[in-house]
Amino acid sequence: MTKMIPMKERGKRQQRAIRQQPVEERIHNFNEVPLGYTKEDAIYEAQRCLQCESPTCKDGCPAEVNIPEFIKKIVEEDFFGAYFELLKTNSLPAVCGRVCPQENQCYKTCVWNKAGKPVAVGRLERFIADWAREHNVHEESPKVKRKNKRVAIVGSGPAGLICAADLAKLGYDVTIFEALPKPGGVLIYGIPEFRLPKAIVEYEVNEIKRLGVTIVTNFVVGLTRRVDELAEEFDAIFLANGAGAPRFMGIPGENLNDVYSANEFLTRSNLMKAYRFPEYDTPIKVGKKVAVIGAGNVSMDSARTALRLGAEEVHIVYRRTRKEAPAREEEIAHAEEEGIIFDFLTLPTRVFGDEKGNITGVECIRMRLGKPDESGRRRPVPIEGTNFIMKVDMFIDAIGTSANPIVARSATGVQTNKWGYFVTDEKTCATTRAGIFAGGDIVRGAATVISALGDGKRAAKAIDDYLSSGGSLKENRQ
Amino acid sequence: MYEILRREKWQDVLYSMWLKAPHIARAAQPGQFVILMTDEKGERIPLTIADIDREEGWIQIVFQIVGKTTTKLAQMNEGDELYAFVGPLGKPSEIDKYGTVVTIGGGTGIACVYPITKALKEAGNRVITIIGARTKDLIIMEDEMRKASTELLVTTDDGSYVRKGFVTDVLDEVLQREKNVRKVWAVGPAIMMKVICDVTKPYNVETIACLNAVMVDGTGMCGSCRVTVDGETKLTCVDGPEFNGHLVDWPEFLNRLLKYDQQEKQSLEIYNESLEAEG
Ligand SMILES: Cc1cc2nc3c(=O)[nH]c(=O)nc-3n(C[C@H](O)[C@H](O)[C@H](O)COP(=O)(O)OP(=O)(O)OC[C@H]3O[C@@H](n4cnc5c(N)ncnc54)[C@H](O)[C@@H]3O)c2cc1C
Ligand SMILES: Cc1cc2nc3c(=O)[nH]c(=O)nc-3n(C[C@H](O)[C@H](O)[C@H](O)COP(=O)(O)OP(=O)(O)OC[C@H]3O[C@@H](n4cnc5c(N)ncnc54)[C@H](O)[C@@H]3O)c2cc1C
Ligand code: SF4
Ligand code: SF4
Ligand code: FES
Repeated sequence: MTKMIPMKERGKRQQRAIRQQPVEERIHNFNEVPLGYTKEDAIYEAQRCLQCESPTCKDGCPAEVNIPEFIKKIVEEDFFGAYFELLKTNSLPAVCGRVCPQENQCYKTCVWNKAGKPVAVGRLERFIADWAREHNVHEESPKVKRKNKRVAIVGSGPAGLICAADLAKLGYDVTIFEALPKPGGVLIYGIPEFRLPKAIVEYEVNEIKRLGVTIVTNFVVGLTRRVDELAEEFDAIFLANGAGAPRFMGIPGENLNDVYSANEFLTRSNLMKAYRFPEYDTPIKVGKKVAVIGAGNVSMDSARTALRLGAEEVHIVYRRTRKEAPAREEEIAHAEEEGIIFDFLTLPTRVFGDEKGNITGVECIRMRLGKPDESGRRRPVPIEGTNFIMKVDMFIDAIGTSANPIVARSATGVQTNKWGYFVTDEKTCATTRAGIFAGGDIVRGAATVISALGDGKRAAKAIDDYLSSGGSLKENRQ
Repeated sequence: MYEILRREKWQDVLYSMWLKAPHIARAAQPGQFVILMTDEKGERIPLTIADIDREEGWIQIVFQIVGKTTTKLAQMNEGDELYAFVGPLGKPSEIDKYGTVVTIGGGTGIACVYPITKALKEAGNRVITIIGARTKDLIIMEDEMRKASTELLVTTDDGSYVRKGFVTDVLDEVLQREKNVRKVWAVGPAIMMKVICDVTKPYNVETIACLNAVMVDGTGMCGSCRVTVDGETKLTCVDGPEFNGHLVDWPEFLNRLLKYDQQEKQSLEIYNESLEAEG
């Protein structure tokens, strides 16, 4: 068994780098880019952890993962124990270890920041989850008393999945309703294979099913069945339908062919596997020269997908600078390595096309940063007279998403704000109708996997409180 | 899960199927559609709900073979199960008591306009229905249609049945003879719907077109099905599929239907070759 190493030793160690697929290879395939830690890497990195008495890293994790505890088990080579330590608070460790914006979370609050790079918590989390999957380690179905209460969950993204897992562990009878044929939400339809292999998502979803959760796919709540109708059949409901509606810039020419929303482009490629067309039936088109608008994770994913589908030149066009770009640091770095061209301080103003409706170019204007706006970021302002034309044959809008009204329209008494997001109590995720809770992107707007997960956990607890104290939607008909 | 209860071949390229889908049957209204996938590697395609039975829990669809997915679907048999079947999608038709209305179905559009016609008549309207197709064999559901409407007019492009002419010719005659048509519903190929709108425009009769945009999810998530109506971008799957045809940007719509033309042809060719290879 490996041992804790002396404090002095730990202080000298550098963060262990992660092995990656070489750039020249990876831009031609959809395989995962970071290859993960080896056992040796993981132990080396785990030994860097100072096992702080008051571990500040935990403050940065919305899922409240027991960070020093699971890392200690890695040092002791008790990977089995480490896995169960993770599962205590987070049922999607292989996912979170890969896609959490750690630099704003557990990395940011690790004490190591004062002296060097933080402990690579996410990579360790990924290592353990991958180890468990490879060794076929499963969580036992809980031996709790069944509670004879039914909970409906709308949407099988991270918020819905975690809420379902936590409630099942408490003995509730949980059914998830999902509009698409496969569960996972953005993890399945949005985030590409090269960043989050679908087999891993499927595995973690199956682990949750093993807890006794029922997932009904191809079921659109609001159309197949209204929330009001579910309220007559279930004791409590959690709305976790995500912020799935695409946003367009609203500039002329946006309905030309070859102007995609990132949602369409990524859904075709990921969910429908159009990157394997014609083996899979769903078609996708990719231009030679592509402009992707926006600089979040969604833009990086779209740009890197376009590159892998054969685009010769891919631009990310963003009206602010790299510093303001909302994407994870690692994704921006990967995109840069792969040769994506960044046009910062640039705003598209019009898309041009030919008479057949095909796009021929996009007009842009240069920007400069002015005074900070409400979000605290400096507001970009156009510099007059700097208009220019960029010749492209494909344009992808990745400027964000908004609330899809289908669910809300069918839920009487559940209040939404002016953007269509559900109004909830921050602590309990309770909506304005007793017995109905909501969380994830449909409350926060496009946010992160881990914040959705945090909401799912909080909602599960609140639903347990509600049902344990005798509450039930069925008795509360409106 | 979504079992094919019955399959009928109506014509060379025209099929109807009855699928078990109690959830969908329970909620479906005239004008709504479903999206299906034949198998895991399949594409999602939208098809109109032609008829339902809430008690027995089935949905009827009618489709024409035009590409790979419809070819694959036609090869499935009774007892087979579809990989995905979701709905009812889109907004229901606005059924009301208007007075005299005209419903028009072209080709498979006949099946799509059937539930709307039936509901309009049940709501107390005087419903004049025009159905048309290229040739006699492609005229479908004539008996059902006759029952569902007040007056049924039939036409064929080649004159092989009843009369020669397009549905628009018949429509023009109807509008000349009837002075109080309140609303027209047009369902069929995009170009037919466009021409119908051109015909009704001078008469100033509101005309509803049922747009067959290219879709992926069908729930307002991807934006593939967007269409410009009255200068605004709308999503066919959630704001439609029915729109005021006089306000639709037809040239843009017709272009968008061809978005994947080449890929679709390629996909079908490869598939047909593989079928031939199998014998
Ligand atoms: C391309 C992309 C990349 C991203 N990258 C990252 C990243 O690297 N790191 C990170 O932390 N976050 C990332 N995010 C954001 C993150 O994925 C989301 O914040 C998170 O998935 C939200 O989870 P959720 O459970 O609220 O909703 P979602 O994941 O959106 O899931 C909602 C589910 O509900 C279903 N649904 C919707 N309407 C209905 C209905 N009417 N009936 C039934 N089901 C319905 C949807 O089909 C979907 O499956 C990314 C997002 C995208 C789009
Ligand atoms: C709301 C709606 C209702 C419809 N109802 C019917 C119906 O009742 N009966 C019927 O026969 N057809 C109907 N259609 C059209 C039907 O969806 C297409 O014929 C079908 O998708 C063709 O698929 P394919 O793979 O066989 O052909 P492909 O070779 O893929 O395509 C042939 C043509 O079909 C259209 N098409 C292709 N893919 C899609 C897609 N994903 N979504 C929409 N259109 C597509 C395109 O215009 C394309 O040029 C409807 C379409 C819509 C939008
Ligand atoms: S703050 Fe950093 S060093 Fe301290 S316990 Fe957490 S991960 Fe380890
Ligand atoms: S779940 Fe995310 S934020 Fe929490 S410890 Fe893991 S990687 Fe860090
Ligand atoms: S089909 Fe995706 S938004 Fe309409």
